[in-house]
Amino acid sequence: MGQNGPLLSLKNVSKEFYGNVVLQDVNFDLHEGEILGLVGENGAGKTTLMSILFGMPVIAETGGFKGKIILDGQEMHFASPFDALDAGLGMVHQEFSLIPGFTSTENIVLNRESMRPSILNDAFGKRMSILDRPAMKKRAESAIEKLGVKLDSDMLISEMPVGHKQFTEIAREISREKSRLLILDEPTAVLTESEAEILLDSLRKLAKKGVAIIFISHRLKEVVEVADKIVVLRDGLAVKDVPAAGVTIKDIASWMVGRSVSSDAARHDENKNYGEKILSVEHLWVDMPGETVRDVSFEVRQGEIFGIGGLAGQGKLGIPNGVMGLYAAGGTVHLHDKTIELNSPNAALKAGMAFVSEDRRGVGLLLDESLDWNIAFTAMQVHKQYLKPVLGGLFTLRDEAGMVTLCKEYISLLDIKCTGPRQKAKELSGGNQQKICLAKAFALKPDLLFVSEPTRGIDVGAKKLVLDTLRKYNKEYGTTIVMVSSELEELRAICDRVAIIDEGRIAGILPPTADVAEFGILMAGITDSPSRTKLASAAEEAPNA
Amino acid sequence: MRNNLKTFIQDFGWPRIIIFLFLVSLFVLAPFVGVRLDASLSDCLNRFGQYAILVLALVPMIQSGCGLNFGLALGIVAGLLGATVSLQLELRGFWGFFGAIAFATPFSVIFGYFYGKLLNKVKGEEMTIAMYVGFSFVMLMCIMWLVLPFDNPTMVWGYAGKGLRTTITVEGYWLKILNDFLAIRIGRFFVFPTGLLLFVGACAGGIWLFLRTRIGTAMTAVGSNPDFARASGVSADKMRTTSVILSTFLGAIGIIVYQQSFGFIQLYTAPSPMVFPAVAAILIGGASVNKASMINVLVGTFLFQGLLTMTPSVINSILQTDMSEVIRIIVSNGMILYALTRKVKVSK
Repeated sequence: MGQNGPLLSLKNVSKEFYGNVVLQDVNFDLHEGEILGLVGENGAGKTTLMSILFGMPVIAETGGFKGKIILDGQEMHFASPFDALDAGLGMVHQEFSLIPGFTSTENIVLNRESMRPSILNDAFGKRMSILDRPAMKKRAESAIEKLGVKLDSDMLISEMPVGHKQFTEIAREISREKSRLLILDEPTAVLTESEAEILLDSLRKLAKKGVAIIFISHRLKEVVEVADKIVVLRDGLAVKDVPAAGVTIKDIASWMVGRSVSSDAARHDENKNYGEKILSVEHLWVDMPGETVRDVSFEVRQGEIFGIGGLAGQGKLGIPNGVMGLYAAGGTVHLHDKTIELNSPNAALKAGMAFVSEDRRGVGLLLDESLDWNIAFTAMQVHKQYLKPVLGGLFTLRDEAGMVTLCKEYISLLDIKCTGPRQKAKELSGGNQQKICLAKAFALKPDLLFVSEPTRGIDVGAKKLVLDTLRKYNKEYGTTIVMVSSELEELRAICDRVAIIDEGRIAGILPPTADVAEFGILMAGITDSPSRTKLASAAEEAPNA
Repeated sequence: MRNNLKTFIQDFGWPRIIIFLFLVSLFVLAPFVGVRLDASLSDCLNRFGQYAILVLALVPMIQSGCGLNFGLALGIVAGLLGATVSLQLELRGFWGFFGAIAFATPFSVIFGYFYGKLLNKVKGEEMTIAMYVGFSFVMLMCIMWLVLPFDNPTMVWGYAGKGLRTTITVEGYWLKILNDFLAIRIGRFFVFPTGLLLFVGACAGGIWLFLRTRIGTAMTAVGSNPDFARASGVSADKMRTTSVILSTFLGAIGIIVYQQSFGFIQLYTAPSPMVFPAVAAILIGGASVNKASMINVLVGTFLFQGLLTMTPSVINSILQTDMSEVIRIIVSNGMILYALTRKVKVSK
């Protein structure tokens, strides 16, 4: 075993999904007892990198990867996570992979239980052995002790607070005899601050015992505190690989988001005139699973493009879904000074709002129906358009011809690639499906348009077209747009103001020209940044200026 | 030309083509084994008309995403109540027939409403639950038929003077009221049941139009993607309930049409075995668990009923044994099995 050589080193690791490069020539080394903080925006390639390291089948299924993974001086080829486990890698996932009805002991030693022989062994072989519960408990407790936390080994997972669940997962990984490298993917995301503190302490203890740790977190403060070295991923490139000593949160934040800072701000110097206040949201809460909104208030003026950003799971998606009545919500929403009834999609649509959902295939489209249905349906149901009276107005039928005309109009307007209005929505590509969703919203002729993750899962060319279309509608028809996106660059390129959501609240509202580091700091949830309040209030004034 | 044929076969589907060819071969075979062609054809048309509306009743629920209405027995019971009330009031002729439908309407709306509410609570398991709703409701009605205060002597048990009989004739009231309306008689054996087929056509046309209205479109969208419909301001639950009420109402009309042609009102456990043939027919017609059209209904009913008319007479004459019931069960249950295994074709 090379005492001084690195435990793990990655050499030129690259990966592409269907021609889309997600990782490019990533290199780093990790020594025994070292904690590596891995940071990056959503989609920067962190998860893919970990999947490669852990031999997840999804990598092999999509054509494998390029480069080398060297563990203890030997190149490794993990065919499955089991090989990785055997080699001494342990992984703690973002979602808990525990059995709720089992105790922590049972979960920790799951599938590696201590056995003692029974009389059935003679007849049926080793599978009929009996669990040696005292031995199991001892092993579990020694793992918990190694972690240095208080955890009841007989407690059921289902009765534990989230923090203890997380500890159980980590205890399971380090209870393996060979565990030498531990990968933690957002281990503190579900923890309270004090629980996170305990976890970080135990990570330090583990590191002292010679376990190498890769620590992935969005909470930059924790990364700075605990890591020995920091690797920053951006668009699949490892842009920074530095020792943690002396690095500030602000540095990391700007490495994470910072691209060519000057190029995108260019278009904002055009003078835009805003009209009256059109939408005001006060103390909105939304109970959307995974995207809870706690207390959000903001105002949007006529003709503005208002951006809402933030990291996944912080509640930015909950805002449009709550206002549009798709998830249980409370608070007050005014459009044109009229109060909008919440929890009623119909009321929101009737009031003149439209919504392009982030869940394109789930909520946005009728996959099994034709394009003209997809585009005209909402207008038909909400505004009773595309219906024609029959028998002197006795009843009305669908105006198929009108629907086809409408559909054709949008096909040429948005350059939708399809065989015609009668093609089924499921047969289109992601980008074209997104255009159908936009067409559906435009067909409502909304005063206010909510667009949620409009460029998620579509290729670069389509992205540009979608953004240009939004900009064009805003400019030519004066449609006010509230755009929610995970991609900060996109928000900065198109929006007039950008609000950053953190833990269900607005962390701050910035002009798109603000320094990327400021955005990064808001996203990382550092609440005591002194400049924040000042900047936020400056942004509030911005549209009037 | 070859391409056209290929797409036609693909659209029409192999199961239908095979059954159609089988049916044609039975017709070809019929004269050779001493079965009269004109009488068989007349039978086919008759049975087609008898069953078509019961099959049609499945369409609204399929379209709204509630699956195949295995609880059609509820609608049938509503129809039976309407028919018995009509007989109790001694309504005759067209008055009797349309009176029966009119009396059945409130029952079917009430049954459908509560049945729909129940199905909204068990999304994803509608078909299983529906089957048990149907079975248990039919059993509950077995008690009701005995205790309801009917006293028309043609309907009640002769020895007790109360409690309805298992089969009640509609002769003298509205027997073959639709079949004989404008009927065209050719020769001794062939009758074209014009009125019956007109009525079926009117019902099918009505549903066809309904599915093209705003509400009908919303219903189809709910079946296709309930989340999409909700985001467009349509209440999925309301649409589903509406479709269940409509389906139950059509079931009621269907059984009354069946009775006027068949000649008897069958009570007690009789509604249960009516459901499976209807489901089998629409599946033979090419409907899936979540999409059905008028073509599916008409083609399916004709093929299925044609098969049931022709196989007993022709095959029995060849084999010299009675195989009709066996074949009917194999075909209807086999078809349901076939369709349910292909259920997961919805894209998500």
